Amino acid sequence: MTLLCFVAGLHAQAPASAPTTDERLAALEAYINNADPGKSLTGVAGPGHNGWMMTSAALVLFMTLPGLALFYGGLVRRKNVLSVLGQCLGIAGLVTILWWAFGYSLVFGKSFGNSFLGGSEYFFLKGVTSAPNTDYAYWVSQNVFSMYQLMFAIITPALIIGAIAERMKFTTILAFVAVWMFVVYFPLAHMVWGITGFMNGVWNPSATIKAIDFAGGTVVHMSSGWSALVLCLILGPRLGFGKEKMAPHSMVLCMVGTGMLWVGWYGFNAGSAVAADGIAANAFTTTTIAAAVAAFVWGMIELMFRKHASILGFCSGAVAGLVVITPAAGFVTINGAVIIGILAAVVPYIFVTKVKAKFGYDDALDTFGVHAVGGTLGALVTGFLATSEVNGNLNTNLKAIVGSSLWLEQLKAIGLTLVISIVATILIAYALKAIIGLRPVPEVERQGLDINEHGEEGYVD
Amino acid sequence: MKLIIAIIKPFKLEEVKTALSEVGVEGMTVTEVKGFGRQKGHTEIYRGSEYTVDFLPKVKIELVVSDELTGKVIEAVTRSAKTGKIGDGKIFVVPVEDAIRIRTEERGASAV
Repeated sequence: MTLLCFVAGLHAQAPASAPTTDERLAALEAYINNADPGKSLTGVAGPGHNGWMMTSAALVLFMTLPGLALFYGGLVRRKNVLSVLGQCLGIAGLVTILWWAFGYSLVFGKSFGNSFLGGSEYFFLKGVTSAPNTDYAYWVSQNVFSMYQLMFAIITPALIIGAIAERMKFTTILAFVAVWMFVVYFPLAHMVWGITGFMNGVWNPSATIKAIDFAGGTVVHMSSGWSALVLCLILGPRLGFGKEKMAPHSMVLCMVGTGMLWVGWYGFNAGSAVAADGIAANAFTTTTIAAAVAAFVWGMIELMFRKHASILGFCSGAVAGLVVITPAAGFVTINGAVIIGILAAVVPYIFVTKVKAKFGYDDALDTFGVHAVGGTLGALVTGFLATSEVNGNLNTNLKAIVGSSLWLEQLKAIGLTLVISIVATILIAYALKAIIGLRPVPEVERQGLDINEHGEEGYVD
Repeated sequence: MKLIIAIIKPFKLEEVKTALSEVGVEGMTVTEVKGFGRQKGHTEIYRGSEYTVDFLPKVKIELVVSDELTGKVIEAVTRSAKTGKIGDGKIFVVPVEDAIRIRTEERGASAV
């Protein structure tokens, strides 16, 4: 067998098919320009692009473990801090297994020839090697690409737990996430990012909805945020909500988590270029500007109207800024990012302080107010601010609508994301309610989820 | 002998301890406590949620002194713990029947 391969290898390198010096030079230039290497250098990853994508994958995992875990963990009461960490850890493991078995293939495969779901060719990551999948990147190993995208699949359902914190059974959360990934996340991610996707305006010339979403405004933040709202409504408020003090048990942990989210978000947004190129550089810059502006503006709004700029205010502003810039990061200018930063502070601020108080739903840690509202806002604003000056890929399939009617396509994408997230969550939640129940018994909720669901305490004096 | 219970603002503890040492007090018991008086609590706001915190952190100092020292101790605590603002605390004076040093079994004033 080895001998056969060797002979075949020799044959493949026969003088007739050897690349010329010009072709080899062109391939190296293609590496610098993140373009098609042509005949030479096919099937190999480019070290710089690959290096950045491995770094980005680690950064996005860092957003969940421990960034989001601490951000949310600090905001719950001390009797429930471990439940949040446990939910993040449980989701990280569960989603990785789903991703390996089916998820990656359903999102980024194309064997179904379907615009709503990918294919079966990569089930169990079969054939996902260090060679690039040129549907998505010429210079990034497909195994690295699949791990990078896995980290998005992990953080998305983990965002939901903010709305339902302190009052849902651990086993039911895992069951909900397992079904939700197949019904909401995998189809949506394929529609937006899959090469045959229904809403992949940038790369799929036959996309029905010609929308753009750089790093996941619809797929990640809208899907999780709107599902979170629906789930928290079906679940009902925490026992004692509105009567008892439910203040964060540690604003210190919350701030530490926020800093990790901000740092990790560079992998999320700049990594979404799937290359270490100029588009990544632009996304890195706009991410910084939007987060900083939103954090500052939120703090200043509080200072003006409440006389105190709170730590939670700065943290909320930073996260909101990062959420809203997510779909736009690789498509908008620096000035666009400033506008986004201001909007990201003002609009979610109104939702988490005024709208939530008016309607009285118990979105415990404001997943809806920050992620659903921010993601929806970002998706829409991206339609107005995206420009091909920043990202030449917008000229490939969208030249006619960028700067004019792109926002209408964005509205359609928003609508479809809303419908899928809301309808699926209602169905899954009521089914699970009937089969295994959503909430722990009241005594367990009163005493805390940590001791009862995980057999541990977060703080032993 | 008198038991003197002083409830003070936590950040005043070091000053009070120094003042008590200066008048000759050789020991005391300190506890972190919570409570409220006329100062009442305060309000905390986390995004849209507002909470009233009724119990404020205070420090409770307990010490037993001879009758002669009582006046000086009260004066020392009052002087060192006072800020003039609401919430400075209170001092209670309670008569003590007896005191025993466990190691030597001494009794009365020489035991404190």
